[in-house]
Amino acid sequence: MRRFLRPGHDPVRERLKRDLFQFNKTVEHGFPHQPSALGYSPFLRLMAIGTRSGAIKLYGAPGVEFMGLHEENNTVMQIHFIPDQCQLVTLLDDNSLHLWSLKQHSGASELREENRFTLKGPPGSPPSATQITAVLPHSSREVLYLGTESGNIFVVELPSFRVLEDRSITSEAVLQRVPEDCCNRRSCELVEALQEHPKNPDQILIGYSRGLIVLWDLQNNKATHHFLGNQQLENLYWQRDGSKFISCHYDGSYTQWPVSSDNRQPEPLENLVPYGPFPCKAISKIYWQTTKNGLPYIIFQGGMPRASYGDRHSISVVHGSQQTAFDFTSRVIDFFIIFSSEPTAEFDDPSAMVVLAEEELVVIDLKTVGWPAVHPPYLASLHCSAITCSHHVSNIPLKLWERIISAGSKQNIHYSNMPWPIDGGTNIAPDPPQRDLLLTGHEDGTVRFWDASGVCLHLLYKLSTVRVFLTDADPNDNMNTLGEDEWPPLRKVGTFDPYSDDPRLGIQKIYLCKYSGYLTVAGTAGQVLVMELNDEDAEHIVDHAEADLLQDQEGYRWKGHEKLKTRDGPVRFEAGFQPFVLVQCQPPAVVTSLALHSEWKLVAFGTSHGFGLFDHQQKRLVFVKCTLHPSDQLALEGPLSRVKSLKKSLRQSFRRIRRSRVSSRKRRGGSGNASEVQEANAKFDQEALQEMELAPVQRKIEARSAEDSFTGFVRTLYFADTFLRDSSRHCPSLWAGTNGGTVYAFCLRVPPAERRMDERVRAEQAKEIQLMHRAPVVGILVLDGRGTPLPEPLEVAHDLSKSPDMQGSHQLLVVSEEQFKVFTLPKVSSKLKLKLTALEGCRVRKVTVANFGSCKTDDYSENDLAVLTNLGDVQIISLPFLKLQIRYPCIRKEDVSGIASCVFTKYGQGFYLISPSEFERFSLSTKWLVEPRCVVDLPEVTSNNHVHNKSGVENAARKSRNLGDYGEDERKSGRLMEHALLNDEKVLKEIQSTLEGGR
Amino acid sequence: QFGAEFRRFSLDRYKPGKFEDFYKLILHIHHIANLEVMIGYADVHGDLLPINNDDNFFKAVSSAHPLLRVFIQRQDEVDYSNFGTNTLSRKKKALVTLRNDNIRRRPHINISMPHDFRPVSSIIDVDILPETHRRVRLYRHGCEKPLGFYIRDGTSVRVTPHGLEKVPGIFISRMVPGGLAESTGLLAVNDEVLEVNGIEVAGKTLDQVTDMMIANSHNLIITVKPANQRNNIIRSSRMSGSSGQSTDSTASHHSLPTSHVLQNFHPDEMESDEEADIVIEGGLEPQHIPKLHSLTSSSLSRINGSSLSHRLQRDLVLNNNSGRESNGNIHKLLSSLKTDPRHSLVIPRGGIEEDGTVITL
Repeated sequence: MRRFLRPGHDPVRERLKRDLFQFNKTVEHGFPHQPSALGYSPFLRLMAIGTRSGAIKLYGAPGVEFMGLHEENNTVMQIHFIPDQCQLVTLLDDNSLHLWSLKQHSGASELREENRFTLKGPPGSPPSATQITAVLPHSSREVLYLGTESGNIFVVELPSFRVLEDRSITSEAVLQRVPEDCCNRRSCELVEALQEHPKNPDQILIGYSRGLIVLWDLQNNKATHHFLGNQQLENLYWQRDGSKFISCHYDGSYTQWPVSSDNRQPEPLENLVPYGPFPCKAISKIYWQTTKNGLPYIIFQGGMPRASYGDRHSISVVHGSQQTAFDFTSRVIDFFIIFSSEPTAEFDDPSAMVVLAEEELVVIDLKTVGWPAVHPPYLASLHCSAITCSHHVSNIPLKLWERIISAGSKQNIHYSNMPWPIDGGTNIAPDPPQRDLLLTGHEDGTVRFWDASGVCLHLLYKLSTVRVFLTDADPNDNMNTLGEDEWPPLRKVGTFDPYSDDPRLGIQKIYLCKYSGYLTVAGTAGQVLVMELNDEDAEHIVDHAEADLLQDQEGYRWKGHEKLKTRDGPVRFEAGFQPFVLVQCQPPAVVTSLALHSEWKLVAFGTSHGFGLFDHQQKRLVFVKCTLHPSDQLALEGPLSRVKSLKKSLRQSFRRIRRSRVSSRKRRGGSGNASEVQEANAKFDQEALQEMELAPVQRKIEARSAEDSFTGFVRTLYFADTFLRDSSRHCPSLWAGTNGGTVYAFCLRVPPAERRMDERVRAEQAKEIQLMHRAPVVGILVLDGRGTPLPEPLEVAHDLSKSPDMQGSHQLLVVSEEQFKVFTLPKVSSKLKLKLTALEGCRVRKVTVANFGSCKTDDYSENDLAVLTNLGDVQIISLPFLKLQIRYPCIRKEDVSGIASCVFTKYGQGFYLISPSEFERFSLSTKWLVEPRCVVDLPEVTSNNHVHNKSGVENAARKSRNLGDYGEDERKSGRLMEHALLNDEKVLKEIQSTLEGGR
Repeated sequence: QFGAEFRRFSLDRYKPGKFEDFYKLILHIHHIANLEVMIGYADVHGDLLPINNDDNFFKAVSSAHPLLRVFIQRQDEVDYSNFGTNTLSRKKKALVTLRNDNIRRRPHINISMPHDFRPVSSIIDVDILPETHRRVRLYRHGCEKPLGFYIRDGTSVRVTPHGLEKVPGIFISRMVPGGLAESTGLLAVNDEVLEVNGIEVAGKTLDQVTDMMIANSHNLIITVKPANQRNNIIRSSRMSGSSGQSTDSTASHHSLPTSHVLQNFHPDEMESDEEADIVIEGGLEPQHIPKLHSLTSSSLSRINGSSLSHRLQRDLVLNNNSGRESNGNIHKLLSSLKTDPRHSLVIPRGGIEEDGTVITL
């Protein structure tokens, strides 16, 4: 019979498939992994971030995002926007320059690479002669000034990147025009900084590494002024009116210099070591911002006393008597100040400071007293504590949404009310179709609630489970209890904190019922918490129960971690989700599966030893079932948890940090030896290959047996109201699937609502199915008489789903890692199956029921299974006939953590981690697609090349869209994706080689 | 004509006597003394096995628990394929050795037909495969032995239109001593694996092939190109040009049959073999679950369901356990096992767990 159910291609179905399914990677959420450069255009009000893997990301107003990828996959060293243009130039660590531009294509702007260029010196010159150290895009928008390690400054024309040799400023020429007594040959080595005069575009300030600063007249090709610093120069900054500039130095000092027509070799006005007198670290960047009240803002990076605070990553803001050294938890990559960009304004009047640290973006409001931080609408640091699990809930009812937001707003009172200052571009994407929540569980015992409806993944609310437990670290002892006289005046900012007090607090499973507001989370030490949403603070006792999953099994001794100690007495909880029940599994192994039925008020949980059912209404354990095989000793040693002992996790955290520091300092010597490097790599690869031949990887071919380890590991739990015993009466049931291919079904008797508190919930084992192939059971699902999956609890009660067909015969779908199998109910007999592994050699990693709507007609939708395999492919399998519809490669198969982190939504979208801090969002549906769509318009530009426009946003809104010639652009966009794939591959190889090198 | 007739009688478990006597007894009880019949029994796994000499008679009686079900068929109607393979073949090592012993020690006695042996491995599709290839079927569930081999990555030389080409391949890297793979003698280290259950492995990774083999482990069919080509069957119809050593031309990928159909392998056979997921119905109080091995009724009921019309079914009840329903549900059997002190005598401990019809609670 089954053979006849496999027809060839049905053209109608094929057409329908095209209307239903489509694979797209739509947007990356979170914080870019390993950022390496920052740029800002006050004109476009857009910020650009470059990464070590060659990605460049532009951000403006919420929803305005662009991404580009350099083909070379090299670290982005510098980013410079071309003044008054939708263009920017990037410098990579292979010394290549890339011109990017934002162009409109079918109504939306796109970021495209226009041109690339590598500066070449005369034949025979050393690579350092052309190694670019400083880039100055001139306000004329026609040329770039490129300072090099040799001290020469090259001029290239834009957008052609043609070198204008006659306009080069060689170090020899500079030396000739500076009196000999104040410099020698080496004074002009390495251009450290290039700054254009704010008022006179014909003058540029050149800062050489050894301290010499020259004001150069471009028209007459001569030095008008020179300034002699006695310290190694780090950076320069012009005052707004051009009468003064400020230089910062390697020894932690900064110096003010006057620029007047009468003195050609002025002495410094002021020389200060802000954190002296003891030796200080370098000040690597400085801003001097004028204000109406006369007191300037001096903002500088670094400069801390070397001995006691040399390890801090700080940026200091000094304004009159106020001074704060903002202390970041990760290395500061770069920062910029948002100030009045209007050319007519007399003062800078800085409004905000934007700091890109290695692990997060921090924005400080400089206008509000106390300089509070601004809550960023995007670029959230997902990894402020490592993500341990995620859970997605689609289509949140408005009421619950508002309550979560209100709970979250109470947590965010310390944030500034300032509107987001980086607001360039216009978001033209349609409003998100529904409210979606993404919940992430973290290593430190917190659950973060993200607004995942649109392009900007935005933190709504943070829940901590730590308060329920007694931990070593008291939450009250924070790091901000510095006295008033503390010097330097450090203030910790940002949320990135990779240190976990206790790895047992880690969250492993989350389930939220969007109708009732019940939330259950489970963690590493067998803890299961049931919570309820409360709009007020409250102090109450958390009911505590223990579930002994081993029961009276003898001869076992748990060798893993201890259970968490609970707090006695009432605990104060802030508004939001407040725990009222705590169940602790014994032995305290990681909770591996969790299910909540909010209508029956039951929660089921499973570990590697068994599973249990808890009645959270009566606060009583209903039953426990041990699934452990007598010979499975390994499960008791707790190797799953042993991996993460406290000591080890701390050590790993340190190592991680250290490694990222080391790697970020890596700088390549020159560009000339690229081919050599390649050759060396090729050789290395070959050697590695040979080594592999010598000691081949072997795989044992053996059937699974009942005695394999972790057969009792409970992989999935499922509540269903179905026909378990006979076909005339349906009843509540609980289903559990194990690693050893066993499915247990329990018949539940839940008392009616009016006697719910009086009678006990009863459970009785009704069925036990042992799959012959013994593969781990990863999903269990009951299909109703129409072949539709049973609705979620309370879904029907809220009129959001048709009630299930309780007349026809139900079917049971068991998904193992190897097979999909449909059984009849109540008598369990196999009806249909799809053997994925036997046919394709891949295994099921994630499976969810997803609803797919047609993009052609509104009234057609169907339920299918969305499946992710261990090879990283996403497949759609039809229900109830289990036919493969479509398959797309999605994640690289080597990216184990990416595959493990994947979550599907109920409407055919998905998320997976592409780095510890970034989610990639993808869509399988033609209908539900969340992707950035935005416009950045070039404000009107007059013939005068030095006119500044008011604000990018205002102009963007009123300017008509300018469509041009896009033939070439299309070609480039086609290649962009290829580059992305290519680059991925390279990253992978790099990672692999580092790992191998480390061993 | 044999109809379905049922007789129940008892026998001394410890002194079963000779097969000849038993044979006579059977004939006598059934009043069919003038007929040549074939006697078979259902062993602990529900398999139909023959009784035709003293040894297997003794084995049958000693392993009966609590009742021995004997099937009698007219000699000329015996469908030998019912033995072994098609009876949900579940084979135990003990029986293999028993058979071997028979052959060695008493070659004179009546040895059952080849079909009575449960197959452990076979070479199939010889007629459609190029002679340099070998398709081997391993009956995992016919044997208690582990499959027992390892595979690895490697490179293989193929002839393509563009000349010789090195391509990645999967090879057998190690055999576990005493394992099924080794004991068949049909697979050897360095044999290249070309297909797994009809699916080509070209382009698949080692892990994929591993998963495919494990997923098919109950009934694994692998097509290999043996490293040692000297034992190949040389078919006269073939050009004699391809000697054992210059196998490259035939080893080229194009010589493989393009269809993935395995001729001598009926798909339903595989299906039925595999669908034997075990379902235990009925309420079991969790605390009552014994930490013992139990036997399911499903396999027994299967035998009953498939019994042919002209097959006599006899229940041989041993000693005090009379009246127990043969088709009784699992829990009754379970409790009988628990109460019967002799159960350890009849169930060899190690052998049970491997068997498909037994689950471990």
